[in-house]
Amino acid sequence: MADTVVAPAKITVSMTVNGKLRTAEVEPRTLLVHFIREQLGLTGTHVGCDTSSCGACVVHLDGDGVKSCTILAVQADGAEILTIEGLSKDGQLHPVQEGFWEMHGLQCGYCTPGMIMTSVAFLKENPKPSEDEIRHALEGNLCRCTGYQNIVKSIQWAADRL
Amino acid sequence: MYPNAFEYHRATSVEEAVGILSADPEAKILAGGHSLIPAMKLRLAMPGTLVDLSQIDSLKGITVDGGATIGAMTTYRQLLDSDELASAFPVIRTTAKVVGDPAVRNRGTLGGALAHSDPAADYTAVMLALDASVNVTGSNGQRTIAADDLFVDLFTTSMEPDEILTSISIPAADGAGMAYHKHAHPASGYAVVGVAVVLKMDGGTCSSARIAVTGATSYAMRATAAEQALVGKALDADGIAAAAAMASDGLDLNGDVYASADYRGNLIRVLAKRAITEAAGL
Repeated sequence: MADTVVAPAKITVSMTVNGKLRTAEVEPRTLLVHFIREQLGLTGTHVGCDTSSCGACVVHLDGDGVKSCTILAVQADGAEILTIEGLSKDGQLHPVQEGFWEMHGLQCGYCTPGMIMTSVAFLKENPKPSEDEIRHALEGNLCRCTGYQNIVKSIQWAADRL
Repeated sequence: MYPNAFEYHRATSVEEAVGILSADPEAKILAGGHSLIPAMKLRLAMPGTLVDLSQIDSLKGITVDGGATIGAMTTYRQLLDSDELASAFPVIRTTAKVVGDPAVRNRGTLGGALAHSDPAADYTAVMLALDASVNVTGSNGQRTIAADDLFVDLFTTSMEPDEILTSISIPAADGAGMAYHKHAHPASGYAVVGVAVVLKMDGGTCSSARIAVTGATSYAMRATAAEQALVGKALDADGIAAAAAMASDGLDLNGDVYASADYRGNLIRVLAKRAITEAAGL
């Protein structure tokens, strides 16, 4: 028999997720993305590369786009988190979500939540971006099916209406 | 991918963090976590304890008064957004724009980058060229280490295991011209080669030149042969080309599957020429 492994003590974290205060016990090594998906059941945030390259896991932490696969849940204690599930209001899609719908900004949809969360954070800072600025803003988000043409058009569609 | 299990402490003062580091040799500092957490997920790092610095207010903030003092926990995003820094040291903003991507820049910190001494980091070379120094605190008190003495090997600095990098000091630029040019790896965005240049002019003559290279060697280092070729000279296209041609002299260059040592040497010379030309205002 192997020696019993004693897991480090769990830590209680509290954070506001999509406007609701959520409190839970986590192991220190729990990644924010797993906390969101597995403990809160919000599976709209995806795990893609799991190495902070692809951006499928982007959520907002205190208003900034961050890669939740590279943040520990304990680091987000006290923070305000917004995920793709929290974007629509009263059944109305956010203009960026609508833009992806209207301009066919997705095929398989795997990268879409991260693309949208990155775009929403970007348009808050730069509401009237050039095409070049949009492409630079998407540096940390990878799409492996549509390419980026329609994603850029989707963001332009939203920028025109925000 | 979960990292190995560890204990987590959120320190509220530098002294508390130093105390944990000195008592526990398995403890590591957690700054922005964008180098450490990926390394932990791959089991390249398996610290038994993490000490999170994010709640220590004294490690935050940017002060510009001729020179600049930058708290170690300042993120790339904050470096990018600071108009004061950009006006005193324009190269700090141009560099922030080419580190990682927007989400990475929201978390990664300057102190973390320097303490990590990643051979392909950007700010290691830029801080060397700016003649910056870092202020560190450990169980033996505080000391200041010049960037020239900080980076000593691959992922290795001259800091002691129980020392914490608290801030970065940059001397006044005194009208120096500065630039950072980088050839980014197309997938990772890290520097295959980056060259940072800070030039001071006295009349038409170059009075001081600091050129630093990253990405090509085990740690960021100065290109002294090219520096010496510039000082005391009037800067024209021929002089710059001659100096840039010496930018890889004396450097022990690394090669890998993406770029051979020879190719990196060529990139150093090409990027040095562009960066010197920009810094000289030509």
